[in-house]
Amino acid sequence: MELSGGQIVVQCLKDEGVELLFGYPGGAVLHLYDAIFQQDDVQHILVRHEQAATHAADAYARATGKPGVVLVTSGPGATNAVTGIATAYMDSIPLVVISGQVPSAVIGSDAFQEVDMVGITRPCVKHNFLVKNVADIAETMKKAFHVATTGRPGPVVVDIPKDITDPNVKVPYVYPETVNMRSYEPPREGDQRQVQKAVDLLLSAKRPMIYSGGGVVLGEASDELRAFSRQLGYPVTSTLMGLGAFPATDSQFIGMLGMHGTYESNMGMHESDVIIAIGARFDDRVTGKLTEFCPYAKIIHIDIDPASIAKTVKVDVPIVGEVGIVLKQLSAEINASSSRIDTEALAAWWDQIKEWQSVNCLEYDRESALIKPQYAVEQLYKVTAGNAFITSDVGQHQMYAAQFYPFDEPRRWINSGGLGTMGFGLPAAIGVKLAHPDADVACITGEASIQMCIQELSTAQQYQTPVKIINLNNRYMGMVRQWQEFSYQGRYSHSYLEALPDFVKLAEAYGHVGMRIEKPEDVTPALEEAFAMKDRTVFLDIITDQKENVYPMIEAGKGHHDMRLRVAPGTPIDRELA
Amino acid sequence: MRHIISILIENEAGALSRVAGLFSARGYNIESLTVAPTDDVTLSRMTLVTRGSDDVIEQIVKQLNKLIDVVKLTDLADVVHVERELMLIKVQTEPSSRAEIKRMADIFRGKVIDVTSNSYMIEMTGSSEKLDAFVAAISTHNIIEIVRTGATGLPRGAGSLIPG
Ligand SMILES: Cc1ncc(C[n+]2csc(CCOP(=O)(O)OP(=O)(O)O)c2C)c(N)n1
Ligand SMILES: [Mg+2]
Repeated sequence: MELSGGQIVVQCLKDEGVELLFGYPGGAVLHLYDAIFQQDDVQHILVRHEQAATHAADAYARATGKPGVVLVTSGPGATNAVTGIATAYMDSIPLVVISGQVPSAVIGSDAFQEVDMVGITRPCVKHNFLVKNVADIAETMKKAFHVATTGRPGPVVVDIPKDITDPNVKVPYVYPETVNMRSYEPPREGDQRQVQKAVDLLLSAKRPMIYSGGGVVLGEASDELRAFSRQLGYPVTSTLMGLGAFPATDSQFIGMLGMHGTYESNMGMHESDVIIAIGARFDDRVTGKLTEFCPYAKIIHIDIDPASIAKTVKVDVPIVGEVGIVLKQLSAEINASSSRIDTEALAAWWDQIKEWQSVNCLEYDRESALIKPQYAVEQLYKVTAGNAFITSDVGQHQMYAAQFYPFDEPRRWINSGGLGTMGFGLPAAIGVKLAHPDADVACITGEASIQMCIQELSTAQQYQTPVKIINLNNRYMGMVRQWQEFSYQGRYSHSYLEALPDFVKLAEAYGHVGMRIEKPEDVTPALEEAFAMKDRTVFLDIITDQKENVYPMIEAGKGHHDMRLRVAPGTPIDRELA
Repeated sequence: MRHIISILIENEAGALSRVAGLFSARGYNIESLTVAPTDDVTLSRMTLVTRGSDDVIEQIVKQLNKLIDVVKLTDLADVVHVERELMLIKVQTEPSSRAEIKRMADIFRGKVIDVTSNSYMIEMTGSSEKLDAFVAAISTHNIIEIVRTGATGLPRGAGSLIPG
């Protein structure tokens, strides 16, 4: 089969089983768009900004486990995609981004719409390629998908100069069946001696903690995590990125850890004597002050990326391997071991944890005449029966979502944890809805974040992706305001949002349904109405308490045991000052 | 501590910038870096000299290994190895100092490879330490210019980094 470069790119996508391609055309990719026009196997989703293409593809990947695919033009199209590429990179999301490049002959001459895409993206991709020959496209695409999806996943950029996709230059096409890369071989099994050491340590524990992370979701190891955790009966905490891998409504789960984690999780980490970190990377939002992190614990760390191990925290038993495989190895070894769990110590440990739980660290003022954002998220949970896919933006609303929407399944909670990219939520919701057309999809956002990719309301209309936008509108960049309240004596420098648009009218202008909700009693009926409209995108502008803060909080430079709580333990909640 | 890291990397455009970019992005220091093709045209060899605590070196090695194009690497500090660096050094000479400078070069097994009425250019190879010592030894004379390649090296014995 002889094909042009443009046709080859599209054919490679078909052969990879790609169903959706998120993109935006321009001069350098016109040949490619012409090839797309002449087929219907790969559906192209036209976004309104290239950043949104990367977020939508990224969320599609997060929700399905399949790689997301993006196509952008050279220059501004490519640079617009960079924020989304970096977002995917920080959260290890498999993405293949195809960018057009100026023709080979003018590369380096500051040609119209030329940027050095390979150079610009180098620090925020797993790998990138510049294709120099038509004959190299197929192999490069194969490698791009292979690298993006295996090992620790990540975004891969394939930069293709315009002449390489020339319709008049045809070459024979075969999509390689296998990849041969001598320099790249991701690990699989964990070293059995390390597994043995880990099991000895785990079974000797008196105050154990299972600290699970996004790697469990990415590694499709939720079942293995559940089996392993139940086998031991130890308390399970999770990072923001790992939520859902272990069911949040299970009594063994004690909540998220870290900066806005639960009192019981953070205290548990602090007091623990043996911690097993599973597909988690000791991010600074998790550890707080490093010198005070888990002072009494021996640490076991499972990660597929050797560079994650001992990067910030020294561990006692590192195990490099695929998380699911290693968890199975651990489970088998526990069964085979002659040692037994110290059930007495474990019971005492659980008593201690229950005492911490009785602090009710997430409690908020339920009598308030204003809508509390926490209440809105709780009601969303009820109305969707806990089954929705939730995307979020970045800020307080993101933390309320993580705290008040307990996820029982992996890949349901879709947020930018590592880069913290405002603007992620709406395009992400569109990507998820395209992946799961029959599921409820809600975007929990804030009035600041939503405006960063608001133009995607138009994409939602074009492709009829009926998502529900839950805008927790506090008229502030709430998270910024909170830090200014706590650390800058309330000097609210540029965190108040003047001149907000009328979101109801805005939604309507894009052809959607808009609702404004101002009273607590209207929240549930409005949500019910919105979710009953199966085929409409609904924008719920929920006017929330401006002064609400996210608790608990570990402030910068503090340790896990040094949390700021809404009320001191033991104080009845109704004493909270507004 | 000083480490010499020897890297075999796919001979692709941009391979050098991936390595250099990694060091600048993560704040590691590079004392010297040499790159050249190997007998296998698809591979380049980089030799990189860096300094850092054991923790930093461990991360450097892991981060380098994580680069998709890196085929193999060794930290020569971990093995018995030979290290060499080439230096060209131009020294101003006076009629009274020429003999002494020449003698000094001989002691260090250097070669005078360019001569003018008032200068010598000396070529010298050896460990970086030896070159430092030579520079110190003739520093009483006026050094016009020095160029050094940076260290390169190989483990002793019959083994090789090159796969297959
Ligand atoms: C692109 C981007 N710019 C700036 C920030 C810094 N930032 C983090 S949270 C936040 C405020 C978000 O406000 P809003 O969306 O209204 O959410 P809220 O905190 O009020 O719930 C800002 C500005 C960011 N995370 N991303
Ligand atoms: Mg806000």
